[in-house]
Amino acid sequence: MAAQGDHGSPVLADQEQPQWRQQWQQFAESRRAWLALWVIVILLLAALFAPVIAPQNPYDLTQIDLFDGRLPPGSVGESGFIYVLGSDVQGRDMLSAMLYGLRNSLFVGVLSAVFAVGIGVCLGLIAAYAGGWIDALIMRIVDFMLGFPTILVALVLLAVLGQGVGKVILALVIVQWAYFARAVRGIALVERRKEYVEAAMCLNLGSARILFHHILPNCMPPVIVIGTMQIASAISLEATLSFLGLGLPITEPSLGLLIANGFNYLMAGLYWISVFPGLLLLVAIFSLNVVGDRLRDVLNPRLQR
Amino acid sequence: MIAYLIRRVLQSVGVLLAVSLVVFLGIYAIGNPAAILLPDDATGAELDAAIASLGLDRPLPLQYFTFLGNAIRGDLGTSFVFNTPSIELIFARLPATLELAITAMLFAVLLGIPLGLWAGLKPGSAFDETVVTGSILGFSMPNFWQGMMLIMIFAVGLGILPANGRGETGTILGIETSFATADGIRHLILPALNLALFKLALMIRLTRTGVREVIGLDYVKFARAKGLSEQRVLMVHVLKNILVPIVTIMGMEFGSLIAFATITETIFAWPGMGKLLIDSINNLDRPVVVAYVMVVTLMFVVINLLVDVAYSALDPRVRLGGNAP
Repeated sequence: MAAQGDHGSPVLADQEQPQWRQQWQQFAESRRAWLALWVIVILLLAALFAPVIAPQNPYDLTQIDLFDGRLPPGSVGESGFIYVLGSDVQGRDMLSAMLYGLRNSLFVGVLSAVFAVGIGVCLGLIAAYAGGWIDALIMRIVDFMLGFPTILVALVLLAVLGQGVGKVILALVIVQWAYFARAVRGIALVERRKEYVEAAMCLNLGSARILFHHILPNCMPPVIVIGTMQIASAISLEATLSFLGLGLPITEPSLGLLIANGFNYLMAGLYWISVFPGLLLLVAIFSLNVVGDRLRDVLNPRLQR
Repeated sequence: MIAYLIRRVLQSVGVLLAVSLVVFLGIYAIGNPAAILLPDDATGAELDAAIASLGLDRPLPLQYFTFLGNAIRGDLGTSFVFNTPSIELIFARLPATLELAITAMLFAVLLGIPLGLWAGLKPGSAFDETVVTGSILGFSMPNFWQGMMLIMIFAVGLGILPANGRGETGTILGIETSFATADGIRHLILPALNLALFKLALMIRLTRTGVREVIGLDYVKFARAKGLSEQRVLMVHVLKNILVPIVTIMGMEFGSLIAFATITETIFAWPGMGKLLIDSINNLDRPVVVAYVMVVTLMFVVINLLVDVAYSALDPRVRLGGNAP
């Protein structure tokens, strides 16, 4: 992971500024990425504290007034409640519904990516380290998985498994792990031949220690990049599945389900039911992609040489 | 080359077998098809009779080989809903999906290459920044929401384009298609745009990256030094060299267009096989789901095979059959 650049004394430069500081500065040079990172932090906080900051609990029937249904953005309801982003057909405050939806979307996206990273990284490391038929077997499965579009695999999986939060997450993990396995195996194969691994082997350290303590840290940059992008695509995929009626159940609606509900009223001119959740979804996915894109530029050692 | 071809074909057959096994286990072995077919108040004896008549009492490997044997003969079961062979249902809907995918691919290529080329020539310019941001936006926008926005703007708001169904179809060479009538083409625009946007973003990125990599190379400098016009350098020397990977990737992406058509077809009520898949999943019409998966897998495998072979023929640097680490 040499990132010293072509300066005269890279060692000295390194002592003055740790690598992560340099990379952080480089990351922040892009105003787009800097802004996107802030947006992500705000969205995460909003999702985390949704029950606290939402004006109403959209799934508590005692708080919803059916007579306040179909109100356009900025309307004042019968009880004086202000619907900043309008209300849906059942009289639910859209802003509150979106905050809860964001919470469910991010929960599913992040959790599935975390599981996928765990499984993918372990299998990738094992494939690279073991080699032989184990490597061949794992990589054949990876090729097989990557040969099909994620949407198709997820659709068919959910058609077989049925609905539920756990099943959606399972389907998302199944379609995502292979990306991590392939990336990690590629780097681990290169790292394995380097001297520091040889040195570790000479010290008679255990395989697990060499794999997870020595090789794994050097595989992390691409895992972070792919992870960021995969969270974005998991959120998008979950929303799509919800839209098609195969995602999260109606009791725990994600942004995708909110948009799907709004689709039925789009033709009637009730645009806010589907447009605002969609915009929020877009902002979340876009920010994650921008950050991922920038991280790839910053962490890619090939571009720095 | 022949050894490579044989190996590649065998590999494709392996993928097909693997998919058929997964589909068989997933759809036939999990859950009891007999219980789904019979009414709820069926007696135990009726259930046993149904299980025996469906061959579900035989050992699993034997059932799999029966399934496989039938599949090879084109028999992938009969739809519970339409009561016709599921494979016929799929093939009846195939032209609608194909014309959608082909139009989308045309949009992506015809808009994406010029935009990517222009942006790649002026890295860091305002135009470049806009195009790059736009392409990230294109990647980020969930397909279904983008389709809804298209409907809202062009169909509901401006009222200039239809957003529902396939419109009037005519026949060209015996195939019923929307290309044949003006109304059909008008119906095609919005769904095709919806399907194209993702690939358009990809196309822009590929072209832009390609141009930036190639433009600094010696042969381009040499072409310029020879005094060739800028247009000729771009169109012949630059474009020709970046086109090979672009064509390859677009070939592979064609399969995913067909998969993503499921969403587009659902939004725009387009009567293709993707909509059929979603309807069948919702109706628990498993034979149609099986037929869809097998047909699409076959298409994928064939497309990938053709692309690989074409790629190795086009680019002599590709090591045939080599497994790059």
